Amino acid sequence: MSDFEYSDEEADYFYDDEEEMDTQEDGSAPSDDDMDMETFNDDFRVTGKGKRKSYEVECEPLSKSDVEKLMQQDVDHISGIFGVDDTTASLLLRFMDWNKEKLIEKYMDNASAISISAGISQPSIPSLPPPIRASSLSRGVEKPATRRSVRSAPSVSAKLLTKTKSLEPFVCPICFDDTQSDTMSLSCDHAFCTSCWNAYITSKIREEGEHWIRCMAEGCSLVAPDPFVKSALGTDTATWERFQELLVRHFVSHNRNLKYCPYPECTYTVSCPSAASKSSLASMVPTVTCGASPDHQFCFGCAIESDHRPVICAVASMWLRKCRDDSETANWIKSNTKECNKCQSTIEKNGGCNHMTCKKCKHEFCWVCMGPWSEHGTAWYSCNRYDEKASQDARDSQSKSRASLERYLHYYNRWANHEQSAKLSMELHAKTEKKMEEMQITSALTWIEVQFMKKAVDEVFKCRMTLKWTYAMAYYLEKGNEKELFEDNQRDLEKAVEDLSELLEQPIEADNIPTLRQKVTDKTVYVQKRNEIMLEDTANGFLEGRWTWNGTVEGFD
Amino acid sequence: MASISARRLRKELSEIHVEGCPVGINLLSADNFEQWLLSLEVMGESQYPGEVFALKFRFDPNYPISSPAVQFVVDGKYTSPVHPHVYSNGHICASILGNEWSPVLSVIGICVTLQSMLASCKKKERPQDNDRYVLHAPDNPKKTRFHYDVDTV
Ligand SMILES: [Zn+2]
Ligand SMILES: [Zn+2]
Ligand SMILES: [Zn+2]
Ligand SMILES: [Zn+2]
Ligand SMILES: [Zn+2]
Ligand SMILES: [Zn+2]
Repeated sequence: MSDFEYSDEEADYFYDDEEEMDTQEDGSAPSDDDMDMETFNDDFRVTGKGKRKSYEVECEPLSKSDVEKLMQQDVDHISGIFGVDDTTASLLLRFMDWNKEKLIEKYMDNASAISISAGISQPSIPSLPPPIRASSLSRGVEKPATRRSVRSAPSVSAKLLTKTKSLEPFVCPICFDDTQSDTMSLSCDHAFCTSCWNAYITSKIREEGEHWIRCMAEGCSLVAPDPFVKSALGTDTATWERFQELLVRHFVSHNRNLKYCPYPECTYTVSCPSAASKSSLASMVPTVTCGASPDHQFCFGCAIESDHRPVICAVASMWLRKCRDDSETANWIKSNTKECNKCQSTIEKNGGCNHMTCKKCKHEFCWVCMGPWSEHGTAWYSCNRYDEKASQDARDSQSKSRASLERYLHYYNRWANHEQSAKLSMELHAKTEKKMEEMQITSALTWIEVQFMKKAVDEVFKCRMTLKWTYAMAYYLEKGNEKELFEDNQRDLEKAVEDLSELLEQPIEADNIPTLRQKVTDKTVYVQKRNEIMLEDTANGFLEGRWTWNGTVEGFD
Repeated sequence: MASISARRLRKELSEIHVEGCPVGINLLSADNFEQWLLSLEVMGESQYPGEVFALKFRFDPNYPISSPAVQFVVDGKYTSPVHPHVYSNGHICASILGNEWSPVLSVIGICVTLQSMLASCKKKERPQDNDRYVLHAPDNPKKTRFHYDVDTV
């Protein structure tokens, strides 16, 4: 009892940007444009399709019925060995959390004991004084503890349910409705009216998400087998469906090779054996997609974020914990406004680009490091790299903890900025898109000709997510050549993304569209290439054991 | 169909009026079908001589299919019994109120069970995690998912 949880806190994680990520536009695309879209996409294709890249993981999406087939295989296996029916085999497997080996061992050891524990048969010696006196409520502590151990063989094949139409008046001991004549009971003969069974089973499934449904009688541990559940639910096929979904979820949750898709309402499962062990997660980021929709992307190894490539789960989670712990000190950075360091007027960031121009004095600077923008174009300037030496020199007088906070803030600032910029660029795109639609009407442009912006924004969003996580990774990377190479890749990607972002924020006029289209397309291809390099090199680094950390990371020595 | 919970509680109330409450248990108020109060005393030799507690029952329309929310009253007049399964805010960690709830159990049945839980107490102490729990506990104990001990009532 030393442990508990609050039910409103146990919500499964999900990534709620479905709307943003949705590429399916309200069907406005005429179908003969699909072909164009294909060739159009080819413009952006960097590397050949087919071969799996080092940052991709092999996985297989499974539908609900695919998983049910896997479950049935286990059931067949067990019913064959034990010589019991499918219903009994299923209950035994569910009780043992689908651990076949353990089930076989226990069953061979003491079949009757496990059948009782699994709610299939009742302890037969001093059987409960069945059933309830029809008119009286249970008042006492007729404790189940009084039922002692049992020797008799399990009545596995005994009747599992009875549905009777009794002749003598029946008063249901739960609802006290004497007009009910349909009753149901499990093999324990604890009879209740059908509508109480229905309410109880529905509530267990719907409210509690429970598939292990015990008899309603006090202290009775018999479990309702599937045919009984189905019969009690009657015409309510939706709840029956939900029940089967719960069974699939239970099976999946006890199989290391499987994960249930975390997106709301989705019933797909992903099989990814190569990411099943904890040790495998030290050298790979298993970003997978369920078969229901390409938007249903999630990490097979953790519930942190749908795609935290290139950084591995353990480091991503360390970083988030750190951010949570330090949130107060870091909060001020998140604010959307800053002061121009030349004229001190307030500047608000409202696009995704970091190139800021003060409206008042025209000073151009970088939003992230506040340095002059002119220097960002030159090779020696790196906004992404935390210069330990320079900051140490500059802050010689300051305490060490202050310096470590500064270091953290350097990474956190950039991490948070990419997240925010990604959102802002999506918002900006919504506005742009409207304008493009208007232009399509007033000018001679086709639908396909105005899509390049969408493609570019999607790419920017994706790359900012990559960049975001590279800062989490860089924070923990040990200083040295490898880190420098990592940061070179990071800088190149970052610069490419900022350039493209800036291009996307330029005013669009009908007559500059052809040139803009060419420029944006070129930049998008380049950005895509930089992102590939970033992801691929980091993934290879994990496989080759190239990365060393400046602290202890789970899974590394 | 009239609400099952109302019919059922009406029936429980009439049984209490006809048969009376078991020793040590008294009905304090049952003015509606949403909330009842009962008092509880442990009879005979126990850790709680002379102590009187009050139990608050809250019913939702799904009662008795779903369990009532049951807790000890903590106010100017009543306190929460010091017991390894009872938190200082009155919340109770008992499986019969959670995953072992049976719709056959009645209000009186719960009182009797809790009475025997107190009666069998060997050492007056709070649950280990009392402070942590009470700090964040939801108002309704049903919102908490307790992990029951093996020796649980
Ligand atoms: Zn009934
Ligand atoms: Zn039963
Ligand atoms: Zn899905
Ligand atoms: Zn992960
Ligand atoms: Zn200025
Ligand atoms: Zn900068």
